[in-house]
Amino acid sequence: MSTLCVRRHLPFSGGVRGHLRRPSLWTGVAAVTALVVMTPILTVLGYLFHPGTESWQHLAETVLDDYVRNSLLLTAGVAVGAGSIGITTAWLTSMYRFPGHRLFVWALLLPLSFPAYILAYTYTGMLEPAGPVQGWIRSTFGLAYGEYWFPEVRSLGGAVVMLSLVLYPYVYLLARASFLEQSVCALEASRSLGCGPWRSFFLVALPLARPAIVVGLSLALMETLADFGTVDYFGVSTFTTGIFRTWYGLYDEVAAAQLAALLMLFVLVLLGLERASRRRMRFHHATNRHRALPQQRLRPFAGGLAAVACSLPVAFGFLLPFGQLAVWMVQTGEQALDAGFFALARNSFLLAGGAAVIALLVALILGYGRRLHPTRWLRALVQVAGMGYAIPGMVIAIGVLIPFGWLDNAIDGWMRERFGFATGLLLSGTLFILLFAYLVRFLTISLQTVEAGLGRIRPAMDEAAWSMGASRLATLRRVHLPLMRGSLLTALLIVFVDVLKELPATLVLRPFNFNTLAVRAYELASDERLADASSAALTIVLVGIVPVVLLSLTIAHGRAGHARPA
Amino acid sequence: MIRFLIAVVFFVGSIPSSGVVIAAEQVNLYSARKESLIKPLLERFTAETGIRVNLVTGKAAALQKRLEVEGRNTPADLFLTSDAGRLHLARQAGLFQPVESELLTRVVPAHLRDKDNHWFGLSKRARIIVYSKQRVKPGALSRYEDLTDPRWKGRICIRSSGNIYNQSLLASIVAHFGEQTAERWAAGVVANFARPPRGNDRAQIKAVAIGECDVAVVNSYYLGKMQNSSDPAERDAADKVVPLFPNQADRGTHINISGAGVIRHARNRENAIRLLEFLVDDEAQRWYAATNHEYPVKSGIEVSPTVKAWGYPFKEDTLDMGALGVHNITAVKIFDRVGWR
Repeated sequence: MSTLCVRRHLPFSGGVRGHLRRPSLWTGVAAVTALVVMTPILTVLGYLFHPGTESWQHLAETVLDDYVRNSLLLTAGVAVGAGSIGITTAWLTSMYRFPGHRLFVWALLLPLSFPAYILAYTYTGMLEPAGPVQGWIRSTFGLAYGEYWFPEVRSLGGAVVMLSLVLYPYVYLLARASFLEQSVCALEASRSLGCGPWRSFFLVALPLARPAIVVGLSLALMETLADFGTVDYFGVSTFTTGIFRTWYGLYDEVAAAQLAALLMLFVLVLLGLERASRRRMRFHHATNRHRALPQQRLRPFAGGLAAVACSLPVAFGFLLPFGQLAVWMVQTGEQALDAGFFALARNSFLLAGGAAVIALLVALILGYGRRLHPTRWLRALVQVAGMGYAIPGMVIAIGVLIPFGWLDNAIDGWMRERFGFATGLLLSGTLFILLFAYLVRFLTISLQTVEAGLGRIRPAMDEAAWSMGASRLATLRRVHLPLMRGSLLTALLIVFVDVLKELPATLVLRPFNFNTLAVRAYELASDERLADASSAALTIVLVGIVPVVLLSLTIAHGRAGHARPA
Repeated sequence: MIRFLIAVVFFVGSIPSSGVVIAAEQVNLYSARKESLIKPLLERFTAETGIRVNLVTGKAAALQKRLEVEGRNTPADLFLTSDAGRLHLARQAGLFQPVESELLTRVVPAHLRDKDNHWFGLSKRARIIVYSKQRVKPGALSRYEDLTDPRWKGRICIRSSGNIYNQSLLASIVAHFGEQTAERWAAGVVANFARPPRGNDRAQIKAVAIGECDVAVVNSYYLGKMQNSSDPAERDAADKVVPLFPNQADRGTHINISGAGVIRHARNRENAIRLLEFLVDDEAQRWYAATNHEYPVKSGIEVSPTVKAWGYPFKEDTLDMGALGVHNITAVKIFDRVGWR
């Protein structure tokens, strides 16, 4: 089947090889950029070479098993949860018409705007034994606590559900973009050869979308591994809580960083395995026939089922917790729009926007550099540069602080010695270092999204452009960028929303007197005043919705083969 | 598109990034206490003295790392935390300098400050027991040690050991009676757990209120805040429990402090000391007591009516606060060994 419309390409084989293997300015810039972004990651990995501390023996004897087991269970659970929700809803919304289908296209993205820990706090408030739901059960049926069964929300299972609900949009976004970019030819062919909708899905659409789905899933899983707020609140000991416990409680920074480095290695191995399993398969579109996918109208019953399937994640991942926060906000009577609000929102917006753009530019440099010069060493560099997403934000912050502090102090020392003039800290404590930390942490998102987009463009396109004398930059600008517009916007959107929610690195790296919405929401929520935090939390969510909706609409319009508004 | 992206980068990059404005008089503060629990006081300080306070809040361990990395060039003058162990650690890392202030040494009792005056306690909180009004008779328990009695099997709620307040409590037991006794105590409490530790201190109080357990260990101010909450459900839960100050007949109830020290490389040393002195003065001490239901370090200051109703003054453990830092690692290892999550 796959030979019909989906040709497996070996990357850049054949005639243009000589041309491609010559390192160019692009590859140089890409390599240097990757090295700069890698510095904090290498700083953390470097701890692996410190001699092991005595904490290790203690950890191995007591809690390490727990950390590993819980992290694996959590990751596996979220993979199943976020994966199935994301793929199902992406497939339904891109292939079929059913009641509310146009609404779901963007509504399914809404949970993305919820920080996971806020969702966890909100659901705990609703579902804990002392909460309104169980209180209602007790008063209605005249039961006492313990006389009825109710699932415990603060548990490993609860954490899986919370994280799946906020993270499935990654899978949904990328899978949907991929389904939409698929040329209709493959599906038509499969149908004409007698495949039913299920077989077409499993035999053609899913394998074609596999790289994109893997990107979405790996983003979700890396975020899961780096999550601290949810698992800590639920009392689930994972690698991340272990890192913090080792650092805060055992005062052992080295062992904590070594745990973080192990976590990174684990992710590298996982990604490596996935790549190896794809081996040298590439899935490009072998045809230029792009036509709007004929969306099939579902019969009423099937359509109803599809609508229910799509509304569940929206209801539980967004509407319900949003409503609860709104109720709390009304109850506490706090003003959502107080004087400081606009300053907070402006700070959040600037940081998120700046970081999203920077991450995209760097991702383009790296991704395109790798496409031009697909050698092993460049691939390894880019791979490591994109590891930041799996590292808890606090650890990234340390990885950023150390090299910058060293650089600042070195410059200062040199200037003092030479000119008797102290420069002090030039970069530490500025927004620059904060933006850099975001770049390190979130580059993976834009990098993977950009690479997924580039990967879908046939190498023949590059060759054609070069043969007509276009430079590499011109090829990127005039051929690739327009073709992968959807992927670019997706990258911008996810990084934007992620930075909006980012907390640990923001907390420790920000300049004096500089707050963001996430900082405000966290400070109130962590003080066990969730009701008071509701206005700031709602604001993050609301601010996050605007770009989510705008960009999802643009993505829908920017489908390959569609006429684009100029 | 590329031109647009570049324009955005330059725009963001051009925002003045250094938050430290060159003012005539200022002091720079790294605070592990949250903004809402310190900012109002700082504003009052500025109004009184004309000294501007620049603030960064964050987690203590991370702020300490930032201080270490910034070294002699750090802009910070003062480091404030909500836990004595962390102050001890910062001192060990050589981040503080000794402060000679007649006022500070007079107002802050010796056990609530560093013996060489590297840091000073600013407010106190007690780790108390709360029990169910309905299901536990008054006098059924009176000491932390009673929590290990088998009669409480399946009846105790307490948060996870990742929490610094539990670590400090156990560290105080290590300091008084040694590691073995402390480990036996922790194992005994674990054996009586009603459920695996989860949730924060307020959640433990609510759990007692609805009957998930009968006894819990919490920080005093959480109960105070719940009793005064704007949420009727929280007030209701708080009404169903009774606060108990443990060990009144012997060593006293375990307390912890929030506190601060002047950074070794402080550029505004005098202003930092002035701020410290302001924070232990009557007005600030009253503010902590009234707003956050904490206990003042200065004697003769009124506590909040809520706290007063529980009984004040009570006998408090006068263990040197630095000892909590010294024994913290031992405490965490004990928790790991006895399976206190």
